Amino acid sequence: MSKLGDLGAKLYRGEVGYDFVGKRFLWYGVSILITITAIVALAVQGLNMGIEFKGGAVFTTPKTGLSVAKVTEAAEEASGHDAIVQELGTGGMRIQISGLDTDAATDVKKVLATDLKVTEADINADLVGPSWGEQIANKAWTGLGVFMVLVVIYLAIAFEWRMAVAALIALIHDLTITVGVYALVGFEVTPGTVIGLLTILGYSLYDTVVVFDGLKEGSKDITKQTRYTFSEIANRSINGTLVRSINTTVVALLPVAALLFIGGGFLGAGMLNDISLSLFVGLAAGAYSSIFIATPLVVDLKEREPAMKALKKRVLAKRAAAAAKGESPDEAEVSDGEPQVVSQGRQPGRRR
Amino acid sequence: MAAPKKGRRPTGAQGRPGRALAIILIAMVALTAGMFISKQTTPRLGIDLAGGTSITLKAKSEPGKENAVNETNMNTAVGIIERRVNGLGVSEAEVQTQGRDHIIVNIPKGMNEKQAREQVGTTAQLYFRPVIAFADGAPAAPEGTQSPSPSASGSGAPKAQDGKTSPSATPSSSATSQGRALSEGLKAPNAPTPTPSASESKKADDKAAPSPSASAPAPDPAAADLQAKFAALDCTNEEQRAAVGKGVKPTDPTLACGQRGEQWGKWILGPAAVEGKDVKSAKGEIDPQSGQWIVTMNFNDHGADAFAKVTGELAAKQMPQNQFAIVLDGDVISDPSVSTAITGGNAQISGGFNQQSAQDLGNMLSYGALPLSFQEDSVTTVTAALGGEQLRAGLIAGAIGLLLVVVYLLVYYRGLAFIAIVSLLVSAILTYTIMALLGKGIGFALNLPAVCGAIVAIGITADSFIVYFERIRDEIREGRTLRPAVERAWPRARRTILVSDFVSFLAAAVLFIVTVGKVQGFAFTLGLTTLLDVVVVFLFTKPVMTLLARTKFFASGHPWSGLDPKRLGAKPPLRSSRRTAAPAPVEAKEA
Repeated sequence: MSKLGDLGAKLYRGEVGYDFVGKRFLWYGVSILITITAIVALAVQGLNMGIEFKGGAVFTTPKTGLSVAKVTEAAEEASGHDAIVQELGTGGMRIQISGLDTDAATDVKKVLATDLKVTEADINADLVGPSWGEQIANKAWTGLGVFMVLVVIYLAIAFEWRMAVAALIALIHDLTITVGVYALVGFEVTPGTVIGLLTILGYSLYDTVVVFDGLKEGSKDITKQTRYTFSEIANRSINGTLVRSINTTVVALLPVAALLFIGGGFLGAGMLNDISLSLFVGLAAGAYSSIFIATPLVVDLKEREPAMKALKKRVLAKRAAAAAKGESPDEAEVSDGEPQVVSQGRQPGRRR
Repeated sequence: MAAPKKGRRPTGAQGRPGRALAIILIAMVALTAGMFISKQTTPRLGIDLAGGTSITLKAKSEPGKENAVNETNMNTAVGIIERRVNGLGVSEAEVQTQGRDHIIVNIPKGMNEKQAREQVGTTAQLYFRPVIAFADGAPAAPEGTQSPSPSASGSGAPKAQDGKTSPSATPSSSATSQGRALSEGLKAPNAPTPTPSASESKKADDKAAPSPSASAPAPDPAAADLQAKFAALDCTNEEQRAAVGKGVKPTDPTLACGQRGEQWGKWILGPAAVEGKDVKSAKGEIDPQSGQWIVTMNFNDHGADAFAKVTGELAAKQMPQNQFAIVLDGDVISDPSVSTAITGGNAQISGGFNQQSAQDLGNMLSYGALPLSFQEDSVTTVTAALGGEQLRAGLIAGAIGLLLVVVYLLVYYRGLAFIAIVSLLVSAILTYTIMALLGKGIGFALNLPAVCGAIVAIGITADSFIVYFERIRDEIREGRTLRPAVERAWPRARRTILVSDFVSFLAAAVLFIVTVGKVQGFAFTLGLTTLLDVVVVFLFTKPVMTLLARTKFFASGHPWSGLDPKRLGAKPPLRSSRRTAAPAPVEAKEA
């Protein structure tokens, strides 16, 4: 079995593990830093809004044999507006003209066809009124709001409100990072990007839900034992589901990466590229946040509960007593996620 | 883990893997058969993959008529646009509402995109208004001002025309739109009328000044104001043209611009005499007597009365006041003259039409009166070549993505991966057949974002298998043998899968409801594949796992099965090897 498999076994048994919960403030710090960077980038640089948000036209021509500069000149001449021209993998040209009226665009297309010596019927045109992108964005905001409310309600029912809150914070975190990356790198924002962004919603939560599920299971009868505090259980849950999280993320990223590669390589730009780019960034951020942010946040919220405080006290007291007897409490290992079994006193881990 | 919980008996389908498998097999066969029977073996492709033009229209809510954008009016508009587009001879065009105020018009390749756009775009209110005055479109001294203004506003069309044709109104071009005569249909005594009116109005044309002021009838200040505006109006200027007549009630006189042949003309028009909705039908056809193209109109009762009245009044007047203008969305599209009162509700317009212009006018007259006005939000024209390329790119990306996932699964899960791969395959077959059938069923068209959604869904679907597999492996690490491990892992994995799929589905559903156009395609596939994921995991992956757990290869934890307890670092079996005695050497016990 692969290295990851061995690691999985060790993680599962708690032989190795990273103290996600203990070092949470480090990761909170990292996230806050990233988030601030993202917000600053957004404020300073702003987003590079695509033609869909400004109104204009995108023409895609078949192979022309002309240089980009030539085509740019021709396009600006024909339209009277600034044009951005990009050569595609196919040898064709992608001509973006912002501010062009949808009515006038038809004539520009005709002129372009003559200038570039291609038939008009071979030119693809994407004409967008100035309010189109805005409408998509507005609907996206509505969607975002509706989704967040629904998902918080659902998670509060399926899990508990603390997890719902943590998941929501992680989600906002992911979205902020994604938007920040767009502002920082200057990727163009198109309706495709917005689609990708909205899809992150569901996807980023998928990972979080997987981890929370493990946590919920691990902490089911937590108050009936005195071996572990909630933080420790949570950390074990994260470590126990780490391989699962890594695998689900990798498997989710692979098709998106293929899309990104093909979309970027083949078609130069367009829907495929836009969707997959924002998905890729968002998915990566989502995987990170579900492990480093969401669960530690649940811990912070949960440890405030009186029951958990009491538990912590009991656990620490017991450990102190054990230490007094000369027995190292660290030797005790939990065999699986269910503490009540452990408390029955079996410690099969030692029989290795 | 000692015995107490062992008794969590599997229920329903879990206990009878054969039945679950039979259900999904029947479903697959039925869907595939349905696909072949309905001859719908491929999903219908959207415009961006098959080529064609897609137009997104948004209903404008006008001041004072905010409530006009409602379902009834939207549906009426869809009906009218549909008739219009299909009136161009395209039966494939589809028109549908999306969201509250959008209409999507998809026109497949192979038809005149420009013409279609015009037909769809002229989503106008149609009125018949009597002409009070007419003049050439530009104000006095037009040559100097004309050419820069259109280019500044970014319009290509007027520029080309102004440059070439405005100095001299060539008789041939003006004859095409001028001098049209209106006569009573069916009786068709139309022969003499076109000629005189044509020559007369050409004269008016050539003067190129706001000359017909002679006709201004009123000392009324409103009329004088209108006169002044009329004199200043420059119909060759796009902005002025767009602004003219806006917000004027049909019952008030108004100014209007219109193209006569290659040139712009401007009009003062009286209150609307007949509304477009009173036109029952209209079409361009060849007049059997003259062999010329004409446009025939048929009014409803209300329209017939109003029309008889107004034509009676007009017929008594002098040029140009014996004309009335057919005004579509503020533009004069025709201005025939009237020589007699036309009663009975049938009329025809003759003079200077060709087939195209007659049919266009006929279409506009019949379908002109939309209850709403629309703006073009986006127009996408995709050539078949690019469409094919995009489809190919999508398919290649899908294949590569699938391959990467399969390789990863194989490396990591070995034998288990085959279960995942076959499950993915089942999911793919279900998705494909359902998409193909939905093409016919609900008009679902596979567009590029939908392909994207399907590719992204590979990951989501595979994730469910991973969740389950990891669960099983956890149980094996506990020291369980495979069969109990498979059953014990299921309820837990099931919950995780259901919860996370529910969240995915929720995202897809919200996306589908609140968005428009392409985004919907994406959301739709994502939602569909998420649902199918649940179906496949429940009815296929789990039962197959149960069955395979009985085979020696998997149950013995063969190194290539992906379930080798030794490699998983399992603890020695919890219970004495009551079961292991049968199939497998006690490999699991490593000590």
